[in-house]
Amino acid sequence: MSVNEKIVSDLVANNVNFVTTVPCKQLAGVIDLIEKSPDLKHVPSNKEDEGMGLCAGAFMGGMRPAIIMQNTAIGVTINTLVTLTQYYRMPLPMLISYRGELGEPVACQVEMAVHTKALLAQLHIPTYHFHKEEDVEELDAILKHSFMCNKPVAILTDASFWKGY
Amino acid sequence: MVRSDVLKEIASILRDQLVVCNIGLPSQELHLIDDQPTNFYMLGTMGLASSIGLGLAMAQPKKVISIDGDGSVLTNFGTLPTIANNTTDNFILLIIDNGSYGSTGDQPTYAGQKTSLTAVAKACGCDNVIECDAADTGKVLQEALDGDKMTIIVCKCESGNVKVPVITMDPVTIRDRFMGAVKS
Repeated sequence: MSVNEKIVSDLVANNVNFVTTVPCKQLAGVIDLIEKSPDLKHVPSNKEDEGMGLCAGAFMGGMRPAIIMQNTAIGVTINTLVTLTQYYRMPLPMLISYRGELGEPVACQVEMAVHTKALLAQLHIPTYHFHKEEDVEELDAILKHSFMCNKPVAILTDASFWKGY
Repeated sequence: MVRSDVLKEIASILRDQLVVCNIGLPSQELHLIDDQPTNFYMLGTMGLASSIGLGLAMAQPKKVISIDGDGSVLTNFGTLPTIANNTTDNFILLIIDNGSYGSTGDQPTYAGQKTSLTAVAKACGCDNVIECDAADTGKVLQEALDGDKMTIIVCKCESGNVKVPVITMDPVTIRDRFMGAVKS
């Protein structure tokens, strides 16, 4: 099973059924599988805070949401994470492409990468870093954790994890 | 008519529907006029009433009305293409367009100047976009509810606010009460 297949399979096994995405090159394969999955309602969003609004609504309607986005989105979504997802205590697994780490060809991506973990720590968001392919084995437990405690959780997936793109 | 007059006028229509209400004075006014478990009050996060409402409408079959403002829609313009391209016939977006940022002191918005939200919604691909005068909002909203088609209503009203208390209900209580109403 490929990493992308494993991610989608874990989402489905955890009854995640609503996924919104803002694309990143590293995430192209998994977004493609999500679009094709009959078990996942996929709603692409134009901006990540909009996507978090969709997820909040879907959760209150009885679905189990997740968002897929790039780490630059942390800069976009702090207000939404704090005043919507956290304030109303809602679960939200965030599968995040961790751009700007080792192997990154685009220098500007490093500017956000150096702030990513500090911002997530400041927001008290449980954060997991997938660096090696086998780290994906933890995804199942992380998804369960988010829905158990009604909190957003961040899964940072770097270029080494994706073995380049 | 100002926004609170519009809300008073449509309160009896809203009462039986799931309502996601915009941050600030709109939620405070609705809370004062007719607090219902079927109301989800946004206490923060300007701009996302339409996104939350659309997600909610996609997730379950009951009708959902998002009450938004022109300033908030301008803040989250990306919502209109998402709505247009994900037709959800149990969703109504009611934009109360008073041409001003009411909660922050009635500073003018661009929607009250050259920008037409009705034209923007249509250009984004929304099929049923109805602009109406404030006095006709109840009639147009009831027709949209009866029509079973996703509808965007742009209600043109005057700017102006009434004094209302802030909502002191805990956010988790608002959410839990609302989710109970969604399920019932």
